[in-house]
Amino acid sequence: MSEPIAITEQAVSDAVDAALAALADATDSAGLRAVRTEHAGEHSPLAGFNAAIKSLPGDQKAAAGKLVGQARARVNQAIATRETEVVALEEARRLADEAVDVTAVATRRRIGARHPLSLLQDRIADIFVGMGWEVAEGPEVESEWFNFDALNFDADHPARAMQDTFFIDPPESHLVLRTHTSPVQVRSLLERDLPVYVIAPGRVYRTDELDATHTPVFSQVEGIAIDKGLTMAHLRGTLEHFARQMFGEEAKIRLRPNYFPFTEPSAEMDVWQPNAKGGARWVEWGGCGMVNPNVLRSAGIDPDEYSGFAFGMGIERTLQFRNDLNDMRDMVEGDVRFSQQFGMVV
Amino acid sequence: MRVPISWLAEYVDLPTNASIADIHAALVKVGLEEEGSHDFDLTGPIVVGQVLEFVEEPQSNGKTIRWCQVRVAPEGRLAADGGADVRGIVCGARNFEVGDKVVVTLPGAVLPGGFAIAARKTYGHVSDGMIASARELGLGDDHDGILRLVTLGLDPEVGTDAIALLGLDDEAVEVNVTPDRGYAFSVRGIAREYSHSTGAPFRDPVERVTPVAGTGFPVAIHDEAPIRGRVGATVFITRVVRGVDPTRPSPPWLVSRLKLAGIRSISLIVDITNYVMLEFGQPIHGYDLDALQGGIVVRRAAEGETLETLDGQTRTLHPEDLLITDDRGPIGLAGVMGGASTEISDQTRNVLIESANFDPVSIARTARRHKLPSEASRRFERGVDPKVAQPAAARVVELLETLAGGTADGLGSVHHEHPELGAILLPFGYVQRLVGVDFTPDDIARSLAEIGSTVEENAAGFEVHPPSWRPDLVDKASLAEEVARIVGYDRIPSVLPVAPPGRGLTVSQVTRRRTADVLAAGGLTEVLAYPFLSAAQNRAFGSADDTEVPAIRVANPLDAEAALLRTSLLPGLIDIARRNLSRGLTDLALFELGLVFRPEAGRRYGQDALPVGAALPSDDELGELHAGIPPQPRHVGVLLLGNAVDKQPGQPAVPVGVADALDVVRLLESALAVDLRVETGRHKSLHPGRTAEIFVETAAGSTSVGFAGELLPALAHELDLPRVVAVAELDLDALIAAAGSTIDVAPISGFPAATQDLSLVVAADVPAGDVRRAVAEGAGELLESIRLVDDYRGAGLPDASKSLTFALRFRAPDRTLTAAEASDAKLAGAATAAERFAATVRE
Repeated sequence: MSEPIAITEQAVSDAVDAALAALADATDSAGLRAVRTEHAGEHSPLAGFNAAIKSLPGDQKAAAGKLVGQARARVNQAIATRETEVVALEEARRLADEAVDVTAVATRRRIGARHPLSLLQDRIADIFVGMGWEVAEGPEVESEWFNFDALNFDADHPARAMQDTFFIDPPESHLVLRTHTSPVQVRSLLERDLPVYVIAPGRVYRTDELDATHTPVFSQVEGIAIDKGLTMAHLRGTLEHFARQMFGEEAKIRLRPNYFPFTEPSAEMDVWQPNAKGGARWVEWGGCGMVNPNVLRSAGIDPDEYSGFAFGMGIERTLQFRNDLNDMRDMVEGDVRFSQQFGMVV
Repeated sequence: MRVPISWLAEYVDLPTNASIADIHAALVKVGLEEEGSHDFDLTGPIVVGQVLEFVEEPQSNGKTIRWCQVRVAPEGRLAADGGADVRGIVCGARNFEVGDKVVVTLPGAVLPGGFAIAARKTYGHVSDGMIASARELGLGDDHDGILRLVTLGLDPEVGTDAIALLGLDDEAVEVNVTPDRGYAFSVRGIAREYSHSTGAPFRDPVERVTPVAGTGFPVAIHDEAPIRGRVGATVFITRVVRGVDPTRPSPPWLVSRLKLAGIRSISLIVDITNYVMLEFGQPIHGYDLDALQGGIVVRRAAEGETLETLDGQTRTLHPEDLLITDDRGPIGLAGVMGGASTEISDQTRNVLIESANFDPVSIARTARRHKLPSEASRRFERGVDPKVAQPAAARVVELLETLAGGTADGLGSVHHEHPELGAILLPFGYVQRLVGVDFTPDDIARSLAEIGSTVEENAAGFEVHPPSWRPDLVDKASLAEEVARIVGYDRIPSVLPVAPPGRGLTVSQVTRRRTADVLAAGGLTEVLAYPFLSAAQNRAFGSADDTEVPAIRVANPLDAEAALLRTSLLPGLIDIARRNLSRGLTDLALFELGLVFRPEAGRRYGQDALPVGAALPSDDELGELHAGIPPQPRHVGVLLLGNAVDKQPGQPAVPVGVADALDVVRLLESALAVDLRVETGRHKSLHPGRTAEIFVETAAGSTSVGFAGELLPALAHELDLPRVVAVAELDLDALIAAAGSTIDVAPISGFPAATQDLSLVVAADVPAGDVRRAVAEGAGELLESIRLVDDYRGAGLPDASKSLTFALRFRAPDRTLTAAEASDAKLAGAATAAERFAATVRE
């Protein structure tokens, strides 16, 4: 048996001082745990004093109990305070350790891109869908009937030879790679109920060698509206609305006489591009006109009852002058750097 | 069409000093689009000189030059460049004599091609200018020697400005003539259009001549097989001019106008026929009368007949070809090209002029059949004014008489059976309703009269007789265009029509757009490849197995090696990947949405005969048209190579592989809202151990929709690609069709989940996906999710086996699951796997 512990004020005070000193030195959770065990645990001096109280004579118990109790409370309070401080210190150290150079963190996901020609087609579709029009589509290998005959291209007319057509083998099958999106006009008129307001974006083909301004495979958007009472004024109104969405509020349309077998009157359209790099200007944009009565007849529509207009423009050409691009080849070669300049926006 | 301005000015008033740009601006307003302009591209001083004397000096290089003294200004006066009146000039040509008048380009002059003339030291002399050849002046190809003005019949004063003398100060506008306007392939037509645009008075060249009807020359039109019922020759005028002097030169104004119009000067007689063709738009053919045998018969060719044309080629004729023949046989391909046997030569003294009108369709077919587009055929195809034939013949006679010294003796012939153009009724109000402009009746009548129509008003509207040069005016719509054009398209107002309510984009259109957006957001870059491919590419990618799928062939491809239309998107993606690699871009993730062309084997598409245009085909005909179009489904293709993630600090590089291709498949599954199943697959061009076949699951069953995997390394090597190239291609249309219109949604249970792991030992070659599917099916409805977390092979397991560990999460919709329930479900799953794959549970 050990000697009975003497509970003196001095001894209690010393034990408290020793605990506080040790706490001050504890700078992390492990140190703090050790201090708690040594100075507030069941084998600590203060615990010993507390245990010894019960052996004291009765009249001394109250005073000793108060002395030891206050000392223990003081130490526990100090531990709690120190604990908060240590947690904060440790968190601060951890945050410092976790710091990275955010200017050089590893990139993990690659970023893709849409092709600007597709995005531009989507944009054009949205403009027309907003006006109540619908988007029509058709095959790229097409019957000459849809591509030419139904569009008032006579088999022997020079306009047909001038289309630089890719013919499908054997030529007697009368299939071609469509030379324009206009066959979709005829398909739409055959398939849909009148009135018809549709655009037809898509790929078309001509036997041009690839160079800075030509590509044998390119895309067009064609529009056709057939209704009662449509006039060339409606054609101009539609084109001007379209042009304003594409090029800004100041855009406008100029029409010049031209010839297309499938329209009469026919016009070449220029657009006033207010936002052009290097200053506002007129740019050739496409062809248009009032749908030739023979086209309506091919679709079984009475030209004395219905009239309508059609227009078409190259998407590549539109992108070229809209975004000031010089070389058509950049659009068709598939170099990812080209599309990645656009990302998801055209 | 190119028109020299001096020529245009003969027939319509031009403002003084009208520039090329002014003339273009006027012409574009009436529909003649600017194509360019032409001039002789030279500046003076270029003057007439006279050779005073020369000394021949042989040179060490074998050449002999002439050191000439040339007078370039009248005696005692300064030359045009301010220098002396006599100059020393070195000349390499030797085709001239002392006293000849020549063209001298003085220092300061610039000749075509930017060739600047300066006094320069050569062959031991200072050559103070140059004596020019016709070619150096841009007048012709003749480079046999210098140009002697006497050969042009000229004897001008020394010092005269040679630029004006030779017509080298003229310029030409070039406009695009649309194929409906044959008459605009003439100075006459362009002058008329200029007048329409500006109101300037037009003088019809037809009115400057007085045609004489020749008689006595036998001509017969025997067309026994008219094409589409139209006789091949409706007008055939001949005139004979005798005694022309074939040695006479073409005058400089004729040469320079032809040159600016794009036609080379050949000989005076030929130049005159070309000149009149350009002026009147009427192709003229000249025959050497003495080479002709008997009269002329116009007829179709007989099978197997041949003709040697002017270009020296012997052509086998087609029964549709229209011929000019004499007693010996064919002497010309009517309206396309003359024959060699009666060609005008430098011996020709007596000329037979032919001024005819041929059927456009007949000429178009012959020109195309023999690949002989000529100035004549270009005009006939588009329609020549039938009434211009006689005046044009008279104009040729006039020029042969005045320029070539010939005499017309009245011999000739007239055949004129061209049908008159029909009258068109233009109802009141029609033009206004079509064009949307408030034209007055006077606007309409005046515009139509201005273009040459006769217009009569009746109770219903205007009865319009189009002018003979406008066969394109066939209906009221074409007349409406003329009114709008003559009054001006500027008058058309802008009115936005209101379309009926639309249905927006179709499901397919929205889905395709979303698919492209999702793939781009998933890190892939969209490309648009050309759809042409080679037979080898079709063999490699057209089908998964060894069958070679049929492909559509282009009859006239740009590249004979790539004549097929793609049956797969992968060859195009590979070509684009190679292009990017060659430009140093080594990490690629590409996708394309596009049509492929998948004809069925043994099936013939299209049809031999088409319905006529301008009428609704019958239902049967429409059905055949639609059935004749080969299937063209839309596919989605992807290609990845290089690294998916680059090497970076704290981040090793992650190379792409089949996993990336399958990640894309999962992206598509989400974007398209379909249920896809991945199975071990086989494809002849893909890595045999890294190929997945993709199936879409629908209520109707499971359908293969494509493949994902890595290219066969040997194929990648052959294509100069890195060893690992991940690819996938799916039938997008099939996927869109498989997607339900609404998504089935289960309620979300808030009860706690029970999670358990299950390790199963199976043979190493059993696909984990099949085991997972078996466990899932066996575990039943309580199973919420199943995920493969480990694939262990090695110690503790039998040979050729593996242990697959799945993390299972169970949940009930209506209660908290007990551990026993979850364990029972797990074991039920294990039992199914045991049944199908002899899987044993590994404790």
